[in-house]
Formats: sequence, C-alpha cells, structure tokens
Amino acid sequence: MSIFIDENICNGCKGLPEARCERICPGDLCYRKENMKAAIRDQSACWTCACCVKECPVQAIELKLPFQVCSSGASLKARLKRDKTIWTIRDADGHQEEFIIQAKCLKGDT
Amino acid sequence: MGIIPVDTDILIIGGGAAGCFAAVEIYKRYPNCRVVIMEKAHIDRSGCLAMGLNAINAYLNPGQTPESYVSFVERQFEGVIRKDLVYSIAQGLNEVVKDVEEMGLPIEKNEDGTYRRKGKRSIRIFGERLKPILAEAVKKTPAQVLNRVVATNFIYNGKRVCGAFGYGVRDSMLYVIRANAVIVATGGASGIYRPNNTGEARNLMWYCPWNAGTGYAMGIRIGAEMTSFENRFIALRVKDVHAPTGTIAVGAGSRQVNARGEDYLELYYKHLGGNKCLTQHRLLATVEETKAGRGPCFLDTTTLSETEERRLKEDFLSMNPQIILLWASEGMNPKKRPVEVQGTEPFIVGGHCQSGYWIDKERRTTIPGLYAVGEVAGGAPKKYVSGSWVEARIAAATALEDMQGRNLEDVDDEVIQKEKARIHAPLMKKSGISPQQARERLQKIMDEFAGGVSMSYALHEERLIEARRLLKLLKEHGKDIVAVNNYHLVEALECIDRIDVARVLVEHLIYRKETRWACYQTRLDYPGKDDNRWLVFVNSVYNPDTDEIKMIERPLCS
Repeated sequence: MSIFIDENICNGCKGLPEARCERICPGDLCYRKENMKAAIRDQSACWTCACCVKECPVQAIELKLPFQVCSSGASLKARLKRDKTIWTIRDADGHQEEFIIQAKCLKGDT
Repeated sequence: MGIIPVDTDILIIGGGAAGCFAAVEIYKRYPNCRVVIMEKAHIDRSGCLAMGLNAINAYLNPGQTPESYVSFVERQFEGVIRKDLVYSIAQGLNEVVKDVEEMGLPIEKNEDGTYRRKGKRSIRIFGERLKPILAEAVKKTPAQVLNRVVATNFIYNGKRVCGAFGYGVRDSMLYVIRANAVIVATGGASGIYRPNNTGEARNLMWYCPWNAGTGYAMGIRIGAEMTSFENRFIALRVKDVHAPTGTIAVGAGSRQVNARGEDYLELYYKHLGGNKCLTQHRLLATVEETKAGRGPCFLDTTTLSETEERRLKEDFLSMNPQIILLWASEGMNPKKRPVEVQGTEPFIVGGHCQSGYWIDKERRTTIPGLYAVGEVAGGAPKKYVSGSWVEARIAAATALEDMQGRNLEDVDDEVIQKEKARIHAPLMKKSGISPQQARERLQKIMDEFAGGVSMSYALHEERLIEARRLLKLLKEHGKDIVAVNNYHLVEALECIDRIDVARVLVEHLIYRKETRWACYQTRLDYPGKDDNRWLVFVNSVYNPDTDEIKMIERPLCS
C-alpha cells in the first residue's frame, strides 16, 4: 500500500468535475467511484509522491510505504497553508510528530 | 476518436520545470506570442519535481565562475562533455534562480540577505511547492495549457517538425497541434531497467515513473540525432526510498561507512580519491564493498545532533517524504540507526548525465523547427533544474527568432489518420499482451543483458548483442499490446516509447569499446579508459524506413 484513502473522510470533492486527487496525480491513478469516493486504481503504480495527500482539502489521504519495503504502519498526512505545509507523521505506536515547513514566499516576504 | 485541431506559434511538449519556465520566458520576450503547453499529467504537479526539491545543485556561489563550473563538470565526466553547452548554462544559473525566487520559491538566506551556501555549487531551498510555483507563473501568462494530453509523435514533413500529435486521456480525442516551433521538454526515461523494488513497490523508484522517454522516442522515430545514451545514470540513494544521499552527506556531514563501520572510501578506494572521489566512484566503491562481503553500506547518521536530525527530516519532507515513513517505523530515527545506501537501477537522463538530443548552442536539435531543453537535451550533465531553466531561456529566445516570418504547414489527412490508427490499435484488440507484460519483458532483457542491477551494472559485447536481438523481437510484439481503457492505453504507448529508447541505448553501449564512466558504462571486455581512441561523442540516428540505427562519432569541441 502506498496511499490510504479514508472513505469516512473523503467527500469526493462534490461539485467539481473531478476529485482533486484525480486532477493532480502525476500518474493518473486516482479516480472517483460511483459512490463519489476517491480511490486508487493500482497501488503498485504509485510513486508515493504525496501530491494527492497534499491536495486533499479534508486530509482523507495518508501516505504509507508498501509492506515489502516497510512492515510497520507509519503514516504521513499534510495540510497546506498559503505559505507553508504542515506535516503530521504517526508511527506504529501512535506517536505523532508535526513539522511546519515554509513552502512559498508570499508577495512582500522577500 | 475525434480530432481537435490546435494552431499555435510555439508548442512546448512537457509542462515540467523546464517546460513551464520556457513558457514564461517566451511571454517575457514576446507578449503577443501564442504558446501551447502539452502536458500528460497536470502542470501543478508533473515531471520529476512533482514531490518537491530541497536544494539547487547547479549554482555559482561566491568564488565560483562559469569557467570553474565547466572544469568541475568536465572532471566529473572524464573529459567527455559539451563544454560549449555547459558554459552557456553556467553563465545563466544565478539569474534563473533569482527569477524563480521572485515567483515565490523560498531560499535559505544569511543574515545579510545573501543565499546560504550549502556546497560550492549548491544552495538550500524550501522547494516542496516548486512545481505549483512554476505553474502559477505560467497561469499568469496567456499560454494555453493542455493538461492530460499525452504526446505521441511529432508532425514531421520529412524536412521540419511542424507540430505534434497528442492523445487526450480525459476526452479520448486526438490533438493535432500545428506550430512554427516545437520545444521538447519531456524529461528522461525511467522504467527501461528492472527496478530495485518490485511488485507492489515497483514504482517506488528514484526517477519519475511517468517520464517514459517519450520525448527521446519521438525524436528517434523521425531520425533526430541523439548523443551519449551510453552515459547512463545510476544514483546512489537511501535504500528502498531513494532519498538523495547528498542531503545527508553534504547537508549533515555524515560519513559513508561499510558494514564493519569502516570509512571505506578512505580505506579501500584512496586510489580513486577517497572521500573526494567522483560521484560515480562513490557508487562503484559501494558496489565493490558488497562484492567483497563488506556490505551493506551506510551513511552514518548516528552522530547527528537533535537539531540536525530534525532539520534533515524537514529537508526530506520538502523532497522525499517516503524516508520520513521509513524512519517512523520501528524506531528507525536517523540518530538511532545509520541509513543504508544502494545504487538504483539505471536511468537515461540528460540532467544528471548527458543522454539526449544532439543540439547546437542555441538548443536547436538536428531537425529544423525542433528545440530541446532539460533532461531530453544531451551533452550537458549536472545541469539539474537550474541548468534546465537556463536551457529553457536559451531555447525560448532561439525559437522566437527562428519562427519569424514562418507560416504553419498543412498536415495531410493521411498522416493524421495513420497516427490515429497507431494510437487506437491497442484499444481495438481483443487479445494479446498487456502493457505490464511488455514492460516486464523489456525490464528483464535490459537488466540481464544490458547491465542492470542484477549484473552489478557491468556490460560486455556478447550479452549486449543478445539484448539487441531480444529487443528487436520485443519491438515486433509492440503491435500485440492490448489496452482496455485510456489508462492502459497510455501505459501501452509508454512501453512502445521505452522499447525505442532501449534499442538506441543498447547500440550506444555496444559502440563505446572502453570503460569511460564507472558503473554508468562499465565494459568487462574493455575495462580501461582509452583517451587516445574514445575522447569522442557517440551519437546515433535511427532510420524509420530501414529500422536501422546508424552510429556517428562527433569530436569534442571547446
């Protein structure tokens, strides 16, 4: 598994012609199912680039490593602010670590 | 499949870092120009920098000059580089970085406002959103962006490139784009060799899995001259997750050690320069340590301070978030355990190494109307992203100048119908081979017969000749690939492109009868570097009528 989409959180980006993860995935792997929930068509084709994780406005998508590479359940989520990205990493025991990283200079910053 | 005709002045194929920058540059110079970007994904997050980037590794910090930069690249590449191209890149590096900073890219600064130096030619950036920042700059121009349109072939009338065909993945339409100039910026080629990771993790690879070498293949199919495909790139990376070792080694100052904890570069590879050796020798030493039974090798991160450890994680989140997950498992914090390093499978790229179109200093390819920038452009290794921007700037100026007074060429309906039939073929078949089968076959051939991971990257004539034979057979199977939907159709087209690239690659590997670049091009049958004979470029031109690949030698130039 490379990404996990939580169907309880995913709102399918209702009202948009396609879900945001579907629009952004560089490998064209995300799509919207009939129940308006996002899904990934082929886990083995995932680059684990986290583009969909960042793009999801309700944080329904987590990044995980394939079991082959890493057998623990650590996961990573991201929230985008205008000028920074907030990352939350959770290890197998549920410990969380948060990182707030500058990602963009807004006009007048530099 | 319907047809959507599009007319433009300049067509840019590939909206990655180079393609986006080229569009912005064109409008800076000529605001009335019509520009179309054809992009297989979405320009907000496409190309090899979709994840982000934490450093710019081609930059002239104080004390560095264009001349010193060229000398550095020449030494790293054993004397075979296009000095004219590298020099033109070096001259523009600092200016383009400034431009992207103005678009909104955060760069780490000293208190006096100057960029903080990371290495002689390197600065630290906070580039998680580098791609969206470039895309935003494009959106401020009138450029027409065609997202989810996959380039399939150039429109070529036998004399010049007059545009390109694209397949719309969302609308199932054939785009017939006529242009006075075409800038190809599609990136390099991954997926040619069997990857380190397989099965469910097969696309957990260093280079973007969707950079399928399409730009190379399109050029090959119209007989554009290609250079230095034999200068493959193999990255030494953090095992399994492919995070760059430079971030740790240079950024955090960690030592490279073998399984016994020895500083193996200093201890066993002093003759190659020890810790100051060339990039490829660092890889070679790591491969040799494994053969000698002293592997695996590591970057010793256990000496990091807590501040350094956190900063390292921040750096990687902006570029390779996977490694953070690795560290989060089983207490694998970099301070607790050293980080294992390993070579990737070989890739064909013009940004780290120099495989690509043979171009002139103004970035014209050998086919009139076609310009190449970034990873698809050959002869200028270590250009990375900033060098790709400089190339985009140069090509934009050249394309604008060359197209003055030109009119769009008519495209024969016959040509359009032929391409339509070619694209459509995999969808029409009921049975045959799947894109996955074709891809796995290609990767197996290349891994076993053309120096992949399982062969410790080594090459020799007999195996390469067998690779040549097997690839010719595989190409014939290209017509048997079946696709059940547009997603698989793109995979099928990518397979066909990769096979075309692999065949040219194998000819280049056969032709250079010496060992010029360790691991990238190691010939077991010609183990020495032969400067008397091989200080030349190995180039090739494919003939689509005879299906033959003609090899050409070009001298080094000043």
